[in-house]
Parts: sequence; C-alpha cells; structure tokens
Amino acid sequence: MELTGAEIAIRCLQEEGVEHVFGYPGGAVLFIYDALFNQEQVKHILVRHEQAAVHAADGYARSTDKVGVALVTSGPGVTNAVTGIATAYMDSIPMVIISGQVPTHAIGEDAFQEVDAVGITRPCVKHNFLVKDVRELAGTIKKAFYLAKSGRPGPVLVDIPKDVSNTRTEFHYPSSVSVRSYNPAQHGDAGQIRQAAQLLLGAKRPMVYAGGGVILSSASQQLAELVRLLGFPCTNTLMGLGGFPATDKLSLGMLGMHGTLEANMAMQHCDVLLAVGARFDDRVIGNVEHFNQEKRKIIHIDIDPSSISKRVKVDVPIVGNVAHVLGDLLEVLRGSKQKREAKVLAPWWAQIEGWRAKNCLVYKNSDEVIKPQFVIEKLYEITHGDAFVTSDVGQHQMWAAQYYKFDKPRRWINSGGLGTMGFGLPAAMGVQLAHPDATVACVTGEGSIQMNIQELSTCRQFHLPIKIIALNNRYLGMVRQWQQFFHGNRYSESYMDALPDFVKLAEAYGHVGISIDKPSDVEPALKEAFARKDKLVFMDFKTDQTENVFPMVPGGKGLSEVILSEEL
Amino acid sequence: MRHIISLLMENEAGALSRVAGLFSARGYNIESLTVAPTEDATLSRMTIVTSGSDDVIEQINKQLNKLIEVVAVMDLSEGEHLERELMLVKVRAVGEVREEMKRMADIFRGRVIDVSDKTYTIELTGTGSKLDSFLQAIDCSLILETVRTGASGIGRGDRILK
Ligand SMILES: Cc1ncc(C[n+]2csc(CCOP(=O)(O)OP(=O)(O)O)c2C)c(N)n1
Repeated sequence: MELTGAEIAIRCLQEEGVEHVFGYPGGAVLFIYDALFNQEQVKHILVRHEQAAVHAADGYARSTDKVGVALVTSGPGVTNAVTGIATAYMDSIPMVIISGQVPTHAIGEDAFQEVDAVGITRPCVKHNFLVKDVRELAGTIKKAFYLAKSGRPGPVLVDIPKDVSNTRTEFHYPSSVSVRSYNPAQHGDAGQIRQAAQLLLGAKRPMVYAGGGVILSSASQQLAELVRLLGFPCTNTLMGLGGFPATDKLSLGMLGMHGTLEANMAMQHCDVLLAVGARFDDRVIGNVEHFNQEKRKIIHIDIDPSSISKRVKVDVPIVGNVAHVLGDLLEVLRGSKQKREAKVLAPWWAQIEGWRAKNCLVYKNSDEVIKPQFVIEKLYEITHGDAFVTSDVGQHQMWAAQYYKFDKPRRWINSGGLGTMGFGLPAAMGVQLAHPDATVACVTGEGSIQMNIQELSTCRQFHLPIKIIALNNRYLGMVRQWQQFFHGNRYSESYMDALPDFVKLAEAYGHVGISIDKPSDVEPALKEAFARKDKLVFMDFKTDQTENVFPMVPGGKGLSEVILSEEL
Repeated sequence: MRHIISLLMENEAGALSRVAGLFSARGYNIESLTVAPTEDATLSRMTIVTSGSDDVIEQINKQLNKLIEVVAVMDLSEGEHLERELMLVKVRAVGEVREEMKRMADIFRGRVIDVSDKTYTIELTGTGSKLDSFLQAIDCSLILETVRTGASGIGRGDRILK
C-alpha cells in the first residue's frame, strides 16, 4: 500500500518500537502531526519549547538505554533544538531528531521558516540527513536509528521537507541495515587485552577510572566484577556515576575538578591506570602536563579510537565496546595462573586510606542557614539512594554528584559535556515517562530552573510527579564561586535579583510548592514532598548564599593542586 | 610536518562540508584540498595537504575515519607516493619577454595553452615545489594571475586505497 512520507515516518517509529516522541508542531511538520493523530502506538508529548523536547528525549534515552526521539518544525523549531542536540552529542546519547523542512522546491530561497538544518547541526550530531526523495525516507530513518545506537552513540537528525512528507510511495521498512563506510568495532584486540591483563596483574599502585562509556554500554556489571576480582580502587567521572557502586569500599567517589581528594591523588600517583569509557577531558584530569609529570602505564578501553591518545598518550589502547572488552578481560584474568596477593596492594591502599581519612567532603552544618550539602544528604536518605536524579548545571549539580551516592547506572542524569543549564527539568520529564512508577528528583538552582521553567506546564498536562529540589542561593552560584576565587570577589552579574515566588509559580501551574528556610524543616519538607506520589512538588530551599563547592582543582591546574574546604 | 592525506568517501551532497567543517572546528590546518568523483560514481576521492605534529596528524586520521561518509583514509606521506598539482599562470608577455617566457615554460615542461598579443597562459603540472620554483624563476612582476589546484596524491606501486 502506498503511504505518504508523513505516514511512513510514523510507521518507521512504530517499527522501531518507539513509545514516546517529544515534540512541538509547526507548518513544516503538519503532515507528520496529522499522521500522528491517526494512530495510538506512538505517544506524543507536547513540550513548551523545542529545547525541552530534545532534553526530554535525552533523559528518556539516558535512563533506559533506548533511542530518544524528538520532533520539531523547521526554522525556529530546529534552532531551538540545537542546544539540546549539542548536549546529547557531547555526552554521546542515542537520539533521533526529526525536523521539518520547507518544501524541496523552496530550499535555498530564504523561504519562510527556512534554515539549513543539516548545516547548523552538522558539528553537533553524529550524522544528519536531508531526505529529498520520499522513496529514501524509510531507509534513512532505519539508518538514523542504527547510527544513533551503535558504536559511540549520538544524536542523528533527519530533515524532512514538507512536500516529501506529503508524497506517496510504497512503504517497506528494511529489516536490516548496513553502511559500508561505518563499521564500529565490537571486540577488542585479543593481544591487547592479554597485555592489559599482564599490566593489571603486575600493578603495585593500580587505579580504575570509569566514565560514561560504562553506562552507555551497560557494562557496570562487568566493571564491578573486574574491580572486585582485582581489589583495585575505582573512581567514576561525573558521567560515569553509578557505573560502579558508590557505597562499595573500593569506590573512591568522583574524580576531577570537584572530585574527592582520594580519587584525584590516586589518579595522579598510580602506576597502572585502567581507563574505561572515559576520555581524559580537562574537567577530569586538569592540566595535562601536570598529569604527565607522574609516570604510569595507561590502558584505555573505548569504542571511539579518536578518544584514545587525544589528550594523554596511552600504552595499551583497546578499541571496542566496553562491555565486550571488560568481559573478555575478565576471562583472561580469571584464567591467568599469575595469582596476586592482597598484600602487594596493601601499601597502596594504606596511602589511599590516608587521603580518604582527610574526609574531603566534610562541611560544617548549621542550625541557622540551610547548607546545600545537607539537603542532598537528606534527599539521599529519604529516597533510600534509589531515585532517578536529574540535575541542572552549577554548584547544585556538583553537590548532587558528591553527596548522592549512586549505586546503580542510569540513575544520575546530567549534562556533563556541554554543561547545559535548563537540562534538569525536561530531562526529568523524559525519565518519569520512561519510568512512570519511579521516584524522579530534579536537583536545580534558581538560575537553571528558569531556563526551562515553562515545562512545569508539560508536567501538569502529562501528570509527571517530579520532585524539584531547588537549592536557591539567590546567586548564579558557580559563577559567583569563580568570581570569588579568581576575580577578586567582583560579583559581576551573578546575583539573581527579582526572583519569582516559586511556590506561587508552582501553584500557578497546578502543582504544589513548598518554601523551606530553616535547616530543621529540610527533612520534614522532603518527607512530605516525596509522600505525595501523584504530585509534582517544587521545593524551594533557601540555602547558604556563600557556600562553595570543595574540593576544587582550579581550571588549568593539576589534580594534586587542589583547594580544600576551610574546614580542613 | 607536512602530510598528504588521501580519502575515499561517499559521493553525497554535504560530504565535502563535513570534512571542511571538521578541519575548521578542530583547528587543523588545510594547505590544500582537492576532490572529484572516481571511476566508481558513488565514491569521491579527496586529497588533503595538512601539517601538524604527529599527535595532531593521528587525530586528523581518526577524526576523518569517524565521519560516517568516509570509506577509507590513508596518510600517503607515511609511505612512497606520488603527488601532482596543476597550475595555470597568466603572464604579461610582450617584446623580448615573450620568447623568454616560452623558453622558461619549456624548461619546466609547461605548455602555453592560450595566447593574446599581450599575454600567455601557461599550464604546468608537477609537485608543489616544482610549481613554486617556476614562479620564482620568472620575473614576478609579469605574473597577472595564478590558479593552482592543490596536490592530488596516489600511492606508489601496490599501495592502493580501497
Ligand atoms: C545555558 C548556560 N548558560 C550559562 C552557563 C554558565 N553557568 C555555569 S553554572 C552557572 C550558574 C548556575 O546557577 P544556578 O542554576 O542558580 O546554580 P548554582 O550554581 O547557584 O547552584 C552558569 C551561569 C551554563 N552552564 N549554561
């Protein structure tokens, strides 16, 4: 039977098993919206801004291991989506974005709502397509899903001109797909894996550094087995939290700019470093020269060859899917005759315990003013460490990462690479839709939340009982912190004046709002909020305005050049 | 160090801009870039002359490979290879210079492909440095216009990019 391009697009989504599409209509996608209207399988979630559509699809993908799908119109629809697409790209999130385009005959004529979507998104997608012929539509969408999910995942945009969505052709969804120029590695090289095993077994000061790749390839099981088998210390990046259980004794917590002292020092002083699905970025290892001052052997497992030896030279590169490679490595280690004794590592662990004993995350609690760290600790307790936590960007994000101990993968959802304020709430919508019965908390700041506050309306429409934890310090806190440390206390434009009454705002959108000023009210408020299973509750915590995030490795400094809290 | 990188990619609209965009976005140098379809109409062959440290060149290779439409990449300068560039030069050629110009073109195995009463247009192929030498050998005040294609490269003998 012949179908229109629009019908084909929706049929393709059905074939891919897509449950939710996050989008916003407009002229160039009207036929596609019409096709959506006539079916029930794919549910459309109407957001209030296209950026939120993409973040929601992103949160959906991060929390499920499925491909997120967003649908936007041409021109401003696409440009609004770009921040979301770039966010997903930086964190390698599998996503397909369908955008409308002006009719093929009008392309290039500066038609109404025309932008070069493929051109604008080119640097922030894994790949993109402009479909000029309806006969290529189904095959292209199939390819888009395949590219988004395989290899190093990423967003793929499919731009569909309006006339293409209204032209008929025979529908046939390809059962398989292959792209001759694209063959991502699966298994790592066996020789390299043996060499890695040798190095690991001979290490005296080993360290495992695990990133977002562990989460993306669903390899946390294998990682935990490996770390426990060897008895090695393990640190996770901001993107990798939950990849190894934070409450395990072998966990040194997060590393990097706001990482723990023990993680950063062990990273700096280890003799064999196993990097797994991580990319040695500037927020993680700081100054490369400083990092290279200590000599160590580095094994690097990554699906993307271009991530290997990009910033730091490695000794044993292993290109492959992290889950497969770790599985193979485990097998080699288990089969090895070379047995290691715990006492070999004893001096190293003693050194690590020395750093750990510094208790670098300690903070001085107060009876008068709410400490942001305290709120996160209580959040952790009350949700039994089992919530999905999304965050925005700033101090609150770092406190959430530091004080909420993630034991499971896909529970911590944040914009690590691009650092996009405005991510938290829409991402939480995607998470809540994917896990209707789960507890979803969005930790945010009064600055960030206002970047996509309109989504409170979407939450109302779709009954998403998200718990918003706003750490309201009346400052763009992270900016203020940098200004305090590096710009002589000149707080240029970082004070948030004229804030709305968030309680009233939440109520105006049909939700519940609570304002909390006293430390003694923190726990009761959280309890009350989380007890309201069917309601979105906006908790406005008035927190200490002067609190800073510690430890801190200033930009451009080395991992051991750390600023600790005044308490230490 | 100068490197000459050869690649095969899908002959599709936009493929060139992905390569060019990659170089500008990541701050890599492009000295020259040539591209045209091959005997297989679905493939284009591109030659890029670039420069950078070994680390940068390694990244360039990897990043190019990562582009979905790139089928194969080879750093020609890692082995024996040939490279040729085409140049068209329009020179002022009047009076005694006319004879001299013709002679220089002959020495460099160039050909005069267009003549007017005041100008010659000379066609010259060779390595980039041969073309440079020609421009240095003639009186530069006589040069009216030069057009160069940038280098095209190919491996020697059995070195084949497929
Ligand atoms: C879209 C965007 N604009 C600007 C920034 C720069 N930035 C990083 S953190 C920050 C302050 C965030 O303030 P708030 O949301 O109140 O969180 P806090 O740091 O106070 O916890 C800013 C402006 C950013 N990350 N994203």
